[in-house]
Amino acid sequence: MDNKEINNTKLANEGLSEQDRPLFCDARPQSYKPLGKYVEKFLNWARANSLWILGYGTGCGAIELRPLMTARFDMFRWGLAPRPTPRQAGVFVIGGYMSVKTLKRVIRSYEQMQGPKFVIGLGSCTINGGMYWDSYNTINRLDHYLPVDIYITGCMPRPEALIAGFNKLKEMIKAGETDGQNEYARNFDWYKANQKKIVKDWNMPDYNW
Amino acid sequence: MEHGLFISIIYAFISLSVATIWGLLLGGIALKVVARAHGRFGPPVWQPIIDIIKNNARRTSISHGIMYFLGPVFRIAGGMGTFLFIPFIFGSSVFGNFSFAGDLFLVMYFIFFGQLGMALGAGESGHPYSAIGVARGLSQMTAFELPFALSVISLVIQYGTLNITSIVAAQQGGLLSWTLFTNPLATIAALISLQGMNMHNPFSIVIAPQEIPIGPPTEYHSNFLGLLQTNRGLFNIAKLALFMNLYFGGATNIAVMILKTFLLYMLTIFIGASFPRFRTEQSIRFFLGVPTVIGILAVIVIAYL
Repeated sequence: MDNKEINNTKLANEGLSEQDRPLFCDARPQSYKPLGKYVEKFLNWARANSLWILGYGTGCGAIELRPLMTARFDMFRWGLAPRPTPRQAGVFVIGGYMSVKTLKRVIRSYEQMQGPKFVIGLGSCTINGGMYWDSYNTINRLDHYLPVDIYITGCMPRPEALIAGFNKLKEMIKAGETDGQNEYARNFDWYKANQKKIVKDWNMPDYNW
Repeated sequence: MEHGLFISIIYAFISLSVATIWGLLLGGIALKVVARAHGRFGPPVWQPIIDIIKNNARRTSISHGIMYFLGPVFRIAGGMGTFLFIPFIFGSSVFGNFSFAGDLFLVMYFIFFGQLGMALGAGESGHPYSAIGVARGLSQMTAFELPFALSVISLVIQYGTLNITSIVAAQQGGLLSWTLFTNPLATIAALISLQGMNMHNPFSIVIAPQEIPIGPPTEYHSNFLGLLQTNRGLFNIAKLALFMNLYFGGATNIAVMILKTFLLYMLTIFIGASFPRFRTEQSIRFFLGVPTVIGILAVIVIAYL
């Protein structure tokens, strides 16, 4: 799993047809070095205080995000805001179980997000499959497919638990402990192999930049 | 300007920075006010500034082509161009900005220019929501420019000049010499048009959240988005300063400027917090109806009565 050298070969994009291949990018994700110590500390503070969530309800846990956004729990107080497009979002909240069909879309959205990007696994289903552990249609361990920064357990966790999770994530970002983007780039082949084992009809580029 | 080129550049830089920061803080205050209307606490008022730092600190960004790259550049050029030809504080050498005989026309052009550049850039990103947002934005802009242009024609007839600084100078000397009292019809037409320019509810059809997620900037990210957000603060304050100068007697010191731009912006925010969004054709018909008639009346009254 831990191959430190970055492979610079081009991606094959075998899922695409012959004439479509030149239209898509075949570059691999790159890992990034942090800037100077104090600059990075300041930027991490800004990143922690402005977390934009990708508003994509991936499972039943997405329903917990609505009370979080509205008047009762008001997540805007902590600098959290929903964002409708993956390009601008920084935090991907995986809302519970992940079916094979959503996994494909989630990979696509995750790869379109610009780094540094963070993933929150919400609910027990993201840890070990939860009540869907033997389902034919869901995956069990999310961190085989995406680098997860923090898990929030429960079925379902209440908005208070989510707030605690977000605050923990903020502490981790401020301390510089979140490195999901680089982890994904370093272990790209391992993640891709796992993803392709689940998603059979892979009709998209290998890396959706 | 009587001082040298170098000093002028430094003054312009100071003026731009102060205006941008005040514009962003106004945006934060707007978020707070809307949150209170929802019964929430809302984000801190400096949240837009943190967002900009965060977006510029993103490690990756991708481009969809040359126009995509130039879109935010045109936008901020439009914002800076608009701002630098409006006297931010009348009579101040630092915040007086630049001025020449026909700068009102140039400012009106610059208000259009940024949006056109953005339309080209967002068009190249290829996202369908961008195209929908651009189509809505350009048609709504054409509609709200009409009452505003009529109102400006009325002002030009009234003051006999196209220079914003001269228009402000003519309004000095007491409350009753403001255009608000000397030409109320033009002020009303322009204020309605300002609501369209600010693009808050009910005229938020371009960046319509929950509808076409965020319209033209859907594909913009990282430092492109940082540039667009910086421009949002600057362009906002440029429009408010223009209206303050044309209709509300301008500002002779920084406290008056802050008060007047704040109140003008709060008008937009209160309307925005009270009304839902128009549909596209409702918004365009609205501007082409009563506000345009008021604008025509303003021209007729000032020219013939």
